[in-house]
Amino acid sequence: MLDVALALTTAAAATPKLDINFGAVGYGLAAIGPGIGIGLIFGHGVEAMARQPEAAGLIRSNMYIGFALTEALALIGIVIPFIFHGVG
Amino acid sequence: MASDVQAFAGGGCHIFGSNHCGYPAPSLNSFLFKPIFSVGSFHFDKPMLLALLSAAVVIAFFWAAFAKPKLVPGRAQNLGEMGVLFVRDQILRPMMGKEGDGYLPFLVSLFFFIWVMNLMEIIPVAQFPAMSRIAFPAALMLMVYVTYNFLSIKRLGLAGYFRGMVPTGVPWPILLILAPVEIAQYIIVRPFTLAVRLFANMFAGHILVAVFTLAAWYLFSLGVGLLFSATSFILVIALTLFEMLIQALQAYIFTILTAQYIGGAYETGH
Repeated sequence: MLDVALALTTAAAATPKLDINFGAVGYGLAAIGPGIGIGLIFGHGVEAMARQPEAAGLIRSNMYIGFALTEALALIGIVIPFIFHGVG
Repeated sequence: MASDVQAFAGGGCHIFGSNHCGYPAPSLNSFLFKPIFSVGSFHFDKPMLLALLSAAVVIAFFWAAFAKPKLVPGRAQNLGEMGVLFVRDQILRPMMGKEGDGYLPFLVSLFFFIWVMNLMEIIPVAQFPAMSRIAFPAALMLMVYVTYNFLSIKRLGLAGYFRGMVPTGVPWPILLILAPVEIAQYIIVRPFTLAVRLFANMFAGHILVAVFTLAAWYLFSLGVGLLFSATSFILVIALTLFEMLIQALQAYIFTILTAQYIGGAYETGH
């Protein structure tokens, strides 16, 4: 028993420390939602423009408004790691 | 210059060079500048200079356009009229209708000021979007926040303001969830996202362009490094074009959301 415990503790002490940059991981996770959202916005927008070409100007301006609102969330994701860089 | 550019600008810090100093990645230090001059503890640095310059450019342009307006417009007046009519027909009229025409000077100034300040990112000597320091979007956001809250409470009354946040005829269990969310939306989320959207777009854009510009310099060596540098530089050009779109788009979004929030004070009900 004692030699098993000794082997486990030395193995635990010998594992390399993982240096994960959680800011980068956080941004990667934060970009999933807006990626899907922007794809939906422009996909439905293009489909609407194909159905009714005379409304293309109206659809285009609404598409850009929706794109900017959704993109804001992804960009907050890239800025937050810089804000909290010195904390903790 | 930015404080991290100064650190390596003197040495030959290239990838195949003799210094072996690693890639000088742009970080928060890229946004800190040494003051141009200081009066006591008030430091005047490059973003402030760019903000003053942008304001001067916008004022000079509209002065030249509308100081002596003629019936058949000259060049500057033509451009000025195009700008003002764009803001009026695409931003003001859809959101506020005809009665919001009094806010046209505010929205025109907002749109062109934000756009010119963003444009400072791609103008050669300046190369810094002043809107990527949080103070500038926060100041604009405070103006908009006070305006739309004050106007809403003045025109609709305090009870009418809160009643206008939710649609009529909502059953009370949904109202229990909807009311706090809507109140948080109007009081906290709207100003926060309005400022941070503009700030984060300009911040991320500056870091992207800085990464590839620094890489073009760092990867340079007489040999295969020329190919690396050229590729990086092509990406800088592509990102500059992308940034031009984003700058105009962010100015447009800020202005149209301002118009929508102020227009909410003119609605009498859902």
